Amino acid sequence: MMRRLASGVLPIYALLYLAFLYLPILFLPLFSFNDSKILAFPMSGFTTKWYAALGHETQLLNALGNSIIVGLFSTVFATAIGSLTARAITRYRFPLRRSSQALQMAPLVMPEVIVAVSLLIMFLSLGLSLSLFTVALAHVLVTIPYSISIMTSAFEQFDDSLEEAAIDLGEGEWGALRRVTLPVVAPGIVSSLLVGFTVSFDEFIMAFFLTGTEPTLPVYIWSQVRFPAKLPIVLALGTLLILASLALLLAAEYFRRRSLRLSAVQEGVPIA
Amino acid sequence: MGQGRVARGIALDRQARRGLMLTAPGTLYVALMVLGPAALAVAYSFWTQTYVTLDRTPTLANFREIATDPLYRTLILRSVIVAGLVTFLTVLLAYPVAYYIAFHVYRRKALWLLLVSIPFWTSYLLRVFSWKLVLGYNGVLNSALIWLGVIDKPLEWILFDVNAVVLTLTHAWAPFAILPIFVSLEKIDRSLLEAAKDLGEGPFRAFFRVVLPLSMPGVIGATLIIFIPTVGDYVTPALVGGSEGAMVANLIQVQFGKANNWPLGAALAICAMLCVTIAALAAAALLRFLGRRIR
Repeated sequence: MMRRLASGVLPIYALLYLAFLYLPILFLPLFSFNDSKILAFPMSGFTTKWYAALGHETQLLNALGNSIIVGLFSTVFATAIGSLTARAITRYRFPLRRSSQALQMAPLVMPEVIVAVSLLIMFLSLGLSLSLFTVALAHVLVTIPYSISIMTSAFEQFDDSLEEAAIDLGEGEWGALRRVTLPVVAPGIVSSLLVGFTVSFDEFIMAFFLTGTEPTLPVYIWSQVRFPAKLPIVLALGTLLILASLALLLAAEYFRRRSLRLSAVQEGVPIA
Repeated sequence: MGQGRVARGIALDRQARRGLMLTAPGTLYVALMVLGPAALAVAYSFWTQTYVTLDRTPTLANFREIATDPLYRTLILRSVIVAGLVTFLTVLLAYPVAYYIAFHVYRRKALWLLLVSIPFWTSYLLRVFSWKLVLGYNGVLNSALIWLGVIDKPLEWILFDVNAVVLTLTHAWAPFAILPIFVSLEKIDRSLLEAAKDLGEGPFRAFFRVVLPLSMPGVIGATLIIFIPTVGDYVTPALVGGSEGAMVANLIQVQFGKANNWPLGAALAICAMLCVTIAALAAAALLRFLGRRIR
């Protein structure tokens, strides 16, 4: 009975579950090619005019530029901070190791609105005016946990004796870091940069509360969702964004696996 | 021997210094960006604001207002109930999938895990937005069913309301439930299952007495990682909640936006955070108790 359940029902359930996960999202691309402003069946006909219209929306293009700037800034800083933390917790034993790790992972599980309004209060109390910079500061915060977990697994695969060997062979600590450690964990760093960029690029709540007059792309989309006439353009934009996120994710996954493979090769090398 | 101990003490000291130095940037940044604002929000919640002037005399007026006005109580309660329901449904629906991947998929595990996690990497805003297209009186689902001749007039139960919020959030959080549960299932020593079988346990009893209790850490992890952020969800109630589906985050946003009453908004945020913490601790304790009980 249990066996039949496992071999017959479970796979079907798992496939249905996948369908439930993917189906709603597929309506975005589907209706982005629909030649009508009404989003309902039956569909009217095939068109690419909504995609062509994207190029003329200057506000949209500005928002895209803003998102790219914020994404680059956030992911570079978060990856730097996350790499240092990950290196410390994988290599050294030190006081408060667990609690500093827990603190830095905490932004992942905090209600975003509460973090966002608290940051809003602090920024304005400090006399900072809201801008892309304040958004980026918040995005560094939400991106750090992702960077820490990716870099922790990259450093866990790294064999510390390689670095020690380099030092024994006359490299300084800095030289060993630059010529041995960094090249080996480089795929992990690239993966962290890509994931961090994706997280920042898609983030809405922080940007919604903390941006001034310059919207990021999700904030721009939010402002357009209320106008039915604009919906097909939002669908076209959304389709492109989903594709972009997917491309970034798959690239990140490729680099993450490469870092695992590299360390597998490394283990095969006899270090006597 | 004495020398060795001294050398070790120094080595530990050097390790400790290194570790602290490397984690300092992250610890300082997160402390500054989380604890600092939190302290300020607490201070604000005891202040009052009339139009644009902030009165810094400490008072409990905001909390009194929240405690007495039924609107606030309703929204906070609804947020906790919706989040609890979403968490329960997500974990319940995701568990069999995690179980399937851990115990019945052998060669394509990585592919399954990737397929399950991909939706998480598409914009959350767009995922919720896609439900806005699907649901609703004139939405994709109703129009498709009418067009296909399945129904004559639009279904009423897929309107924008609390149900739509629960459905949309259950969809949005799926990967967060599958991954932690999968990890804890994957860790289970398979020989324990054989032992249960050898000792005469049927497959169902083996599942409830071995697999389920041992996977509790994953269930607890999933519960916390879904429940806590969901209480403060803003996008979903705003897009598919209609007039009856608003949650506490929407109310907080109004205080920081249109209503321009930051102290009240801060007090609401703190009340929400307290409720979340209490409910999350209670849920984790309950699950831990159940995990021990069924064993």
